Amino acid sequence: MGRKLLLEHINVPGINTFDVYRSKGGYASVEKALKTLSPDDVVEEVKKSGLRGRGGAGFPTGMKWSFLAKPEGVERYLVCNADESEPGTFKDRYLMTHIPHLLIEGMIVASYALGAKTSYIYVRGEMMPQIRILERAIQEAKNAGFLGKNILGTGYDLELYVQPGGGAYICGEETALLESLEGKRGNPRIKPPFPAIAGLYGCPTVVNNVESIAAVVPIINEGGDEYAKVGIGRSTGTKLISAGGNLKRPGVYEIELGVPVEEFIYGDDYCQGIANGKRLKAVVAGGSSVPILPANLILKTINNEARLMSYESLSDGGFATGTMMGSGGFIAYDEDQCIVRNTWNFARFYHHESCGQCSPCREGTGWMEKVLHRLEYGHGKMSDMDLLVDVSKKIEGNTICPLGDAAAWPVASAIRHFRDEFEWHVSNPSAAISGNYGIAHYADPLPTPEPVA
Amino acid sequence: MLSVQDTSTPVIFTPELISKFDDIVSRYPQGKQKSALLPVLHLVQAEFGWVSPQAMDKVAEYLSIQPIEVYEVATFYTMYFLKPQGKYMLEVCRTGPCEIVGATPIMEHIEKTLGVKEGDVTPDGLFSWRGVECLAACGFGPVLQIGPEYTFYENLTTDSVDKLITDLKGKANN
Repeated sequence: MGRKLLLEHINVPGINTFDVYRSKGGYASVEKALKTLSPDDVVEEVKKSGLRGRGGAGFPTGMKWSFLAKPEGVERYLVCNADESEPGTFKDRYLMTHIPHLLIEGMIVASYALGAKTSYIYVRGEMMPQIRILERAIQEAKNAGFLGKNILGTGYDLELYVQPGGGAYICGEETALLESLEGKRGNPRIKPPFPAIAGLYGCPTVVNNVESIAAVVPIINEGGDEYAKVGIGRSTGTKLISAGGNLKRPGVYEIELGVPVEEFIYGDDYCQGIANGKRLKAVVAGGSSVPILPANLILKTINNEARLMSYESLSDGGFATGTMMGSGGFIAYDEDQCIVRNTWNFARFYHHESCGQCSPCREGTGWMEKVLHRLEYGHGKMSDMDLLVDVSKKIEGNTICPLGDAAAWPVASAIRHFRDEFEWHVSNPSAAISGNYGIAHYADPLPTPEPVA
Repeated sequence: MLSVQDTSTPVIFTPELISKFDDIVSRYPQGKQKSALLPVLHLVQAEFGWVSPQAMDKVAEYLSIQPIEVYEVATFYTMYFLKPQGKYMLEVCRTGPCEIVGATPIMEHIEKTLGVKEGDVTPDGLFSWRGVECLAACGFGPVLQIGPEYTFYENLTTDSVDKLITDLKGKANN
């Protein structure tokens, strides 16, 4: 098993308390940053680390930080996105529940780097237990002098607050999150201006995922260059993977980027294969929004090379034969799962969660849900698959925020890779209600590509 | 249209509740007290079991904003109940990862056991249930949560649901 940079001490009893966390070297990065580094030095280390945003988009965190505008006399804010709502993803809940001080420590260092004097952790409202855990951790850190006025006698002041959401997937989109934090409906803003110029209360703001902020701690402790040595290529460091679905041992795993997908699914150190001795049919590798792949294409790329858990390898082949790392929400489907039903379920989710601001998404997600529902319940037509692809194309790229794309991709990819299962639903409506299409050819070995002359 | 049920029970914010509101408002810059709206509505719901129109008007007054600013938020976010619910609202995750490990049979079992449809309240006023979207606990499905504490129940089976309902009944009758 690879190195653990975030979860090394997760099983230490009492690690959720300040004293135990501190005894394991916790808050060392705050001391190092505030006492020996300038804010710009911290940004530089994060740039060197190659850390990419762990919320889903994978945008380099250091670069995002360097875009922050710094006009004189204007407040700047750091907001942590803990609105974890992407189906398949539950790593942030795990981190906040078991090792809350890691997030607090990262928030202090990141706020210092950005010059924020007030920072917020926006937690999805359903995570009230985690909100209570974080608030206690903040109080402990404050009592120990790591938050509040004149932290560690360095003259740096920081207040940190936890804000609950109200139950809306869309608030994971950073501008919707800011709207929500301002006490409004979670309608994403038109960009530009980006939050780095005009974010919370119109002030320059950085919004980062929980895991990205936590990763700042090992980056500062070990140095950006050392962090960049972990992982593979441009996928540096470790990533928390939320493994769910029909796996023998689901849960949150910290992996070194670059582990083969096959090892992650079947390896003894990871998920240990598919539950109940069944066979793998399909995988959604990065949360419900990313394209679903049949078993053969998730294990191997189209060139018959082992697919790795890295940003590059997962997206190898583009959307034709690849997928995305996304948020690391890894959902495995066994041979008994119905792809049509799953696609309908996700379409219903996106319809429910669309904020309603842009017509293509508001209307399109509803149409996709309706058409998929009739396919699943035996009233589909052969023309429905093309209709779904057509609707998905009219949503994609035509909305203010990426929720439209997120709704379109799972539908388009399911039809791309599992079209015969959809057609079987149309031709055999009663069989499709009582039984399912099974694994079919979805796990068959890929043909060896023709050698290039 | 705002779909809310009226009630004649007067809404009174106790000094304790108001001091909790004040504490939240202190987290934001001067003049940005509207940021307290979501957390304040959670406190209102925890206190009264739902967010009534009267309560929303009082929240607007407290935060010095227009009532419509409260209505539009309360109706946008799914966690706020716009009508009274059972004392225990069982919210079962129904999204993909939970669905493939058996969320639907769990919801069917709850419906049968409680004898009420999704969104309705049992005659004793103790229970309501509904399917909700992803609760970010996909490795431990099926899951359900119960507010206002939002306690989580993971890896549900029909047996564990039966036990939960029996325990809650016992708790309510003591």
